[in-house]
Amino acid sequence: MGSAALTERRRPLPVLDVRSLPGPETIERRVLANGVVALARENFSSPSVILSGSLAVGALGEPRPRAGLADLTASALMRGTVSRPFERIYETIESLGASLSIGAGTHSTSFRGKSLAEDLPVLLDLINEVLRYPTFPKAQVDRLRAEKLTSLTIRDQDTGSVSQLAFDELLYQDHPYALPSDGYRETVSELTEADVQAFHRRAFGPRDMLVAVVGAVRATEALDAVEAVLGNWRNADQPQPVGLPPVPGLSGIVRRDQVLPGKSQSDLVIGSVGPGRFDPDYLVAALANSILGRFGLMGRLGDVVREDAGLAYSVASSLTGGPGPGPWLVMAGVAPGNVDRALDLIRTEIGRFVKGGVTPQELSDNQANFIGRLPLQMESNEGVAGALVNMERFRLGLDYYQRYPGLVASVTREQIRDTSRRFLDPDLMAIAVAGPGAAGG
Amino acid sequence: MSTGVLRTRLRNGLEVRLKEIHTAPLISAWVWYRVGSRNERPGITGASHLVEHMQFKGTPKFPAGLLDKAISRDGGYWNAMTWLDWTAYFETMPAGSIDLGLRLEADRMVHSLFKAEEFESERTVVISERQGSENEPTFRLAEEVQATAFRVHPYHHEVIGHMADLETVTRDDLVQHYRSHYVPNNAVLAIAGDFRTGPMLARIRDLFGAIPPGRKARETAIPAEPEQRGEKRVVVEGPGETPFLDIGYHVPAATSDDFFLLSVLDSALAGASSLNLFGGGISNKTSRLYRAMVGGEVAASVGGGLAATIDPYMYSIQATVRSDRTPEQALQAYDDEIARLLDHPVSADEVAKAIKQARALFAYGSESITNQAFWLGYSEMFADYAWFETYLDRIAVITPEQVHAVAVKYLAPANRVVGIYRPNGERGLD
Repeated sequence: MGSAALTERRRPLPVLDVRSLPGPETIERRVLANGVVALARENFSSPSVILSGSLAVGALGEPRPRAGLADLTASALMRGTVSRPFERIYETIESLGASLSIGAGTHSTSFRGKSLAEDLPVLLDLINEVLRYPTFPKAQVDRLRAEKLTSLTIRDQDTGSVSQLAFDELLYQDHPYALPSDGYRETVSELTEADVQAFHRRAFGPRDMLVAVVGAVRATEALDAVEAVLGNWRNADQPQPVGLPPVPGLSGIVRRDQVLPGKSQSDLVIGSVGPGRFDPDYLVAALANSILGRFGLMGRLGDVVREDAGLAYSVASSLTGGPGPGPWLVMAGVAPGNVDRALDLIRTEIGRFVKGGVTPQELSDNQANFIGRLPLQMESNEGVAGALVNMERFRLGLDYYQRYPGLVASVTREQIRDTSRRFLDPDLMAIAVAGPGAAGG
Repeated sequence: MSTGVLRTRLRNGLEVRLKEIHTAPLISAWVWYRVGSRNERPGITGASHLVEHMQFKGTPKFPAGLLDKAISRDGGYWNAMTWLDWTAYFETMPAGSIDLGLRLEADRMVHSLFKAEEFESERTVVISERQGSENEPTFRLAEEVQATAFRVHPYHHEVIGHMADLETVTRDDLVQHYRSHYVPNNAVLAIAGDFRTGPMLARIRDLFGAIPPGRKARETAIPAEPEQRGEKRVVVEGPGETPFLDIGYHVPAATSDDFFLLSVLDSALAGASSLNLFGGGISNKTSRLYRAMVGGEVAASVGGGLAATIDPYMYSIQATVRSDRTPEQALQAYDDEIARLLDHPVSADEVAKAIKQARALFAYGSESITNQAFWLGYSEMFADYAWFETYLDRIAVITPEQVHAVAVKYLAPANRVVGIYRPNGERGLD
């Protein structure tokens, strides 16, 4: 008991009943003739249902002067359709206590709806209607654009967002990942309903669309319902996915400081290009990232920057893990006078990490965490829907979460060391800081 | 006794609530202490939140740094939160591992170390947390609105405390705060999940039963806020280009009948708010204020918030004013809509919609065992679990006339504080 039990070493990894996790026996999957992949899993423990999915259309390929077009289009889909104006769309959703939202990222446009199970047909009708038959009324697009511009104005005053934007520009330079998918004030202000209309007509289509239904609905009935509404969607002109250019390399430390007068705290981002989700070493990198800046109270970085030095309320590392090589970065919020000290501590710790590697205890703790947290991640319908979309999108196989404990357990310290060295070098990093400047707020 | 919920009290005064749920192999355990910023006096504002931080700094049995690793190792999720009326700690873990969480909670109810060097390091962490909040114009505005609304009652100050107090509060102040409020007879232990009630209760008696009761945390008389006589206004100036509005009305405590009527009014006016900690909310685009202010093109967003509290607190409306509009234009649109509401009471359809929304939000919340355990304890902080269990039934019988009556009663200008954030227009520089 007590500390004895806590310091006990080399406990065995948790063993899960893998049949309780989503797998081929409990997931229904159907590929429609038009390329839509539909997935469903039942859960009758609460009377609700989740509808979640994505389309293969995003901000990728937007030239800088058009940045924000995919985002504005996704948001404008629900502003009116051939059979329902804006107010009726939302009256339909909100009077049921349901929700439905659509947003665009770099690679895809995602949607997520939630309702009582009895209202799933309404949700499906609506998503079909807004994706295929939006009208983009001028007055609505004008209003939406003004709302977006207000959000961008707030973003440009937010130290966390400003440091993140600067970091992406420094690290990715001419690569599309340098551009924010919500665009810039000067680009969004120029986008019109005609732009949105044209983008929708050209780029939206069913090929590679994913739809997951999870909740208190029979899985085969859910798939029948998806097929009934989306099965006849065709777009012969749907463009092929845009390829990614190679990412530029860094030749040393690059740093940018943005001054936001009147702020009390500075936010910093430091990091480099990490592996994409298709990289064979992705899971290894995810474990390394957990040890570095997540596990417990933010991993090793939390110990050094928060616990020992008391420098920050939060410091954490993250790995994006999208289809392409997203960043592997560390973020922290610190007092303006402590920025350089925090950066030194972070770089020193990254250096120790790639040089010295991880201990057997660290690896085993993090493996246990990755395996043990699965039931909690799969507790809600959202969690399961996210897992279904993940497995399909990244071609992991429907038995991925059942194989996952084995995959995690097989990762070695050597793999962690080699993969960390492949991606992290404390002398080759982009650094962006946003705050009141050295003088403080 | 509520269906499926065991309610009992140990001899030392610890209240226990247990609810078996066997849908997933998880257990969520919460300890709730009846102490929050409401129990602080000038000079030690923020003490409850600082104590919460120090509760993660170790006991002789569970040294700092090992705990978070031990919980994470088992795939668990833990956290803590401090609010106006309470401080809560929870662990949600695979069912077989919950004993670690229970041992930890029993131990830190009495044995937290409050090491001097840990305290100094944590002081700077909390100051950093406050500075992070200060970066948000909406925090600065809400803090001033709250301080203006409460002149006498300790709801006057933000939970995180004044910066001056964070800089000067001493370790002894915190230890005293801890000793006087962290006693079993001032706490509720609420557990939901995949366990059997009998053995779980026996284990709780083993772990918590021997902790001596404290001298009943002397409820130093908390002064009632005198009635506000006339509208108050407060203006905050600061960086940025976006104005914000924050309008607060004095409203009664959660146990008042009017609280339920206000929650329906809130749904019609600003959209249904989810009281759940987990489970998500719904949009508010058919609410009256969205139509008037966002549809009316003066605001980019608007929302309302009603909080369940022990003492009368605030119903607040927050709006992000469009960058091309002034706060005065937004306030005018707001006032016009309130005048319309008072002239044309909410319809039966609006009330029916609010009821359906509440049902849906409750269903969403029931998916998560953590959220179910949360309600088991949270409801006890300001009422009891029956408040939660009967919530939908009480909402279901509400009539439009009743909603109109509370609108007239509480949405009067004399009962409100109008807060305006006026940006000074500075943009960032490279």
